[in-house]
Amino acid sequence: MRKILVTLLFLLFGTSAYADCNIKSGSINILANDFPALRTFVETSKQCKGSADFKVTHSSEHNKIAVPALTANPSEFSARIAANSSIVPLMNQDLIRPLDDLVKKYGKGIQDSQLITIDGKVMAVAFMANTQHLYYREDVLKDMGIAVPKTYEEVVAASEKIRASGKMKYPYAAAYKAGWNLAEEFVNMFIGHGGEFFKAGSAQPNINNAKGVATLNMLKKLSELSNPDYLTHDSEAIKVEWESGNVALMTLWASRSGTLLDDEGDAKITAATKLTGPATVGGGNIPAATLWWDGFTLAKNRSDADAEATFRALAHAASNKKMVADAADQAVWLVEGFVPGPKSIGVIEAVKMGAKPYPMLPQMGLMHGALGSEIVEFLQGKESAEQALKDVEAAYISKAKEQGFL
Amino acid sequence: MPNKTFFWFFLPTGLAMILFIGLPIISTGIQSFYAQHDQVVKEVKKCDPFGCTVSIVVDNEETTKIRDAKPLGKFNGFGTYTDRNHLAVDEIKKFWNETESFGAFVDQVTNLPFYKALIFTLTYCLFVTPNVLLLGFIIALSLNAVARKIRGPLIFGTILPMIVTPLVGSLVLFWMIDSQGIIGANIQNLMNDPYLSLKSSKTLTWITIIIYGIWHHSPFAFVVFYAALQTVPQEPIEAAIIDGASRLQRIKHIVLPHIYPVVTFVALISLMDNFRVFEPIIGFSAEGSAQSLSWLIYDNLVNEEVILFGSAAATSMMTIIGIAILLAPVLIRTWKEFKTAR
Repeated sequence: MRKILVTLLFLLFGTSAYADCNIKSGSINILANDFPALRTFVETSKQCKGSADFKVTHSSEHNKIAVPALTANPSEFSARIAANSSIVPLMNQDLIRPLDDLVKKYGKGIQDSQLITIDGKVMAVAFMANTQHLYYREDVLKDMGIAVPKTYEEVVAASEKIRASGKMKYPYAAAYKAGWNLAEEFVNMFIGHGGEFFKAGSAQPNINNAKGVATLNMLKKLSELSNPDYLTHDSEAIKVEWESGNVALMTLWASRSGTLLDDEGDAKITAATKLTGPATVGGGNIPAATLWWDGFTLAKNRSDADAEATFRALAHAASNKKMVADAADQAVWLVEGFVPGPKSIGVIEAVKMGAKPYPMLPQMGLMHGALGSEIVEFLQGKESAEQALKDVEAAYISKAKEQGFL
Repeated sequence: MPNKTFFWFFLPTGLAMILFIGLPIISTGIQSFYAQHDQVVKEVKKCDPFGCTVSIVVDNEETTKIRDAKPLGKFNGFGTYTDRNHLAVDEIKKFWNETESFGAFVDQVTNLPFYKALIFTLTYCLFVTPNVLLLGFIIALSLNAVARKIRGPLIFGTILPMIVTPLVGSLVLFWMIDSQGIIGANIQNLMNDPYLSLKSSKTLTWITIIIYGIWHHSPFAFVVFYAALQTVPQEPIEAAIIDGASRLQRIKHIVLPHIYPVVTFVALISLMDNFRVFEPIIGFSAEGSAQSLSWLIYDNLVNEEVILFGSAAATSMMTIIGIAILLAPVLIRTWKEFKTAR
C-alpha cells in the first residue's frame, strides 16, 4: 500500500514538474480520429493545459463531424487533428487559421519539417507519418519456401501457393470495405501504376485508361484471395482475421502495427508477424501506397485566446521528446528525438522507395467518394473494368459540376 | 367535435408540425434548386514533411466575396434532379438510342445510382410490407387462441424484435452470417463451397436484409392486429359456428372485414417506414450490394469529405414524392370510404 502511495505521489509530482506551460485561461476542445498514437498525443498535450478547460472527442467518425462543427461560429472545436485528405475540406471552406504567429511565439521545439505550409502560410503542424504497407507471417512463408514479396504480382503468386497447399483458405487481407477503404486501396494501386487522377491543370478525371484497368484487375485478383466477406472488412476486421491466424499476407496501416504486435492474442502469431515496405505493382518503381501525415489545425471561428491556449498545449505534445521516446512503438513520429524502431520499417521503407503523398487537391474527396461506390460491381463480377471506370468518371463529373469544380 | 373546438385542439400540434416538418421541407426544396458557385482556384506551393509541390487550392478570398453576394449558391433549376446521379434524363435518352434490346437498356438504366437505389427500395417495400401484414396477422390470431395464462410472456417475447434497436438487431445478424459466424459457416458446409458468402453476394444480401426487415417490423403489425382482435364481437362468431362455418371462413367473413380499417392503417405506416429503409444497410455494411434512397441522402451528406447539399436535398424531395405516390391509392380509397360513410 505504501509503495503504491509513493508511486502515485511520484507520478503526481513527476508530471506536474515538467508539464507546466503556464496557460492561464482559454478553453481547449479537440476533435481527433481514434487510434492509439493520437490518444497518446492528446494525453500529452493535456498534461500542460494549466488552468484552461480541456475537452477531447476521439471518434472514427471524425470526418463526418468536422466540417459542420467548425462551420459554426463560434466553432465547437478549437482544434482538429487532420491528415492530408481531411485538411482539404477545411481549406475549401476556409475553416482553419494560419499558424505563423503562434509558431513564432510558442513553437520553439517544433521542427521546420513538421510545418505544413500552403501558399507560404503555416496551416497545420504535423507530428506523425503513416502509410499502408505489407505485413507477413514469417513462419508460413518459410515453411513454403516463399521469399518476402516485393511486388503485388509476387503477393498474388505467394497467396495462390499458400491456398493451393491447403494451409489457409484466404491467405491475403486488405481493408476492402465498400466506401472510403476500398477507394483508398484503388488510390494506392493506381498511384503504384503511375496514374494521375486528373488531367494536368484541370479537374477533369483521368482514370478510364490502361492504368485504371490494370489497377482494377490487380484489386480483383487480390480480392479473390481474401475472405469472401472482404467488401465488409475495414482495418479493424482484417486485424482480427490476422490475429486469428487466417491470413499470411496483409496490407494494413503502419499505425495499426502497435496493436497487432502487443501482448494480446496468440503469442506464436505475434512472434511470426513481420513488417516490410509497401509492394510495387506492374513493374513500377514507386510503391503502390500513399504517404500520410497527421497534424493539428486550429479552427478559424474561435477566439484568439482559445486558439493560443490550444496551440500551446498541442505544440507541447508536438515537440515532446519524452512522448516520442515512450511511445516509439505507436507511430512514426515526425518529432525531434524520435528513434525509429522495428515497427516503423513500413513507413521508412515507403519514404526510401519514393512513395507519393496522398494528393491534397480540393476535388480529390469527390473522386475518392465516387471510387468507393462505383467499383464494387466490378469486384463482384457484375460489370467490366471499363464500365466501372466509366461509371466512376460519370459519377465524379456530376458531383464536381454540382460543387462548381467543372 | 365541433369544428371550432377541433381547430383549437389541433392548433399546437399544427404549429409544431409547420415549424419542425413543414418549414424544413420547404427549405430542403429550395436548396435542391441550387448548386455551389463555380470554384475559384489558384496555383500555390504546398509543403509537407514529404516535400513541396505546386498544386491548386480554393481561393478563399474570392469565394467568400461570391458567397456573401449570393449565399444560397448558383441557381441550377432542375439541374441537380436531372443529372446522372439522380434522374439521369440525358443518359437514359442516350441508352434508349444506343442499346439494341430492351434488356440491355434496362441493364444500363439500373446501373445508374438513383435507379439502383430505387429498385432496392421498391423491392424491399414490396416484399417486406405484405409479409409483415401476413405474419403479424397470423401471430395475432395464434396468440389470441392461446390460453390466457401464458399469453403475457408470449406477447412480450413476440414484440422483442421491435424493442431491440434496429442497429443492434442488424449487427447481431451481421455477425451470425459472417463466413465464420454460426449461420455463414453452416451454410458453407451445407453447400460445400468455402467461397460462398452471404455478405458478398448481392442477391443473398438483399434476401438477408428483407428477412431482417420482416423480423423487425412484424411485431408492430402484430401489436395493432392483436388489439383490433379484442374488439371483434363474439355474437356473430358464435352464430357462424352454429351455422357450421370453418375457422378459415370465420376469419375471412367476420374477423377480416371487422379489422379492415386497422389493416389499412398498418399497411400505410409500414409502407412509409419501409420506403425509408436505412439502418439495416449500415448495420450489415451492405453499402456495396444494396443502396436505398435514404442511404443515398446519407452518402451525399456525410460519406464524402465534400458535402453535397444540393444532391441530398434533391434525393430527399424525390423520396417524399415517392412516398406520396406509393400511398396515393390507399389514401384515395380511405377518402372515398370516409365520404360514403357520411
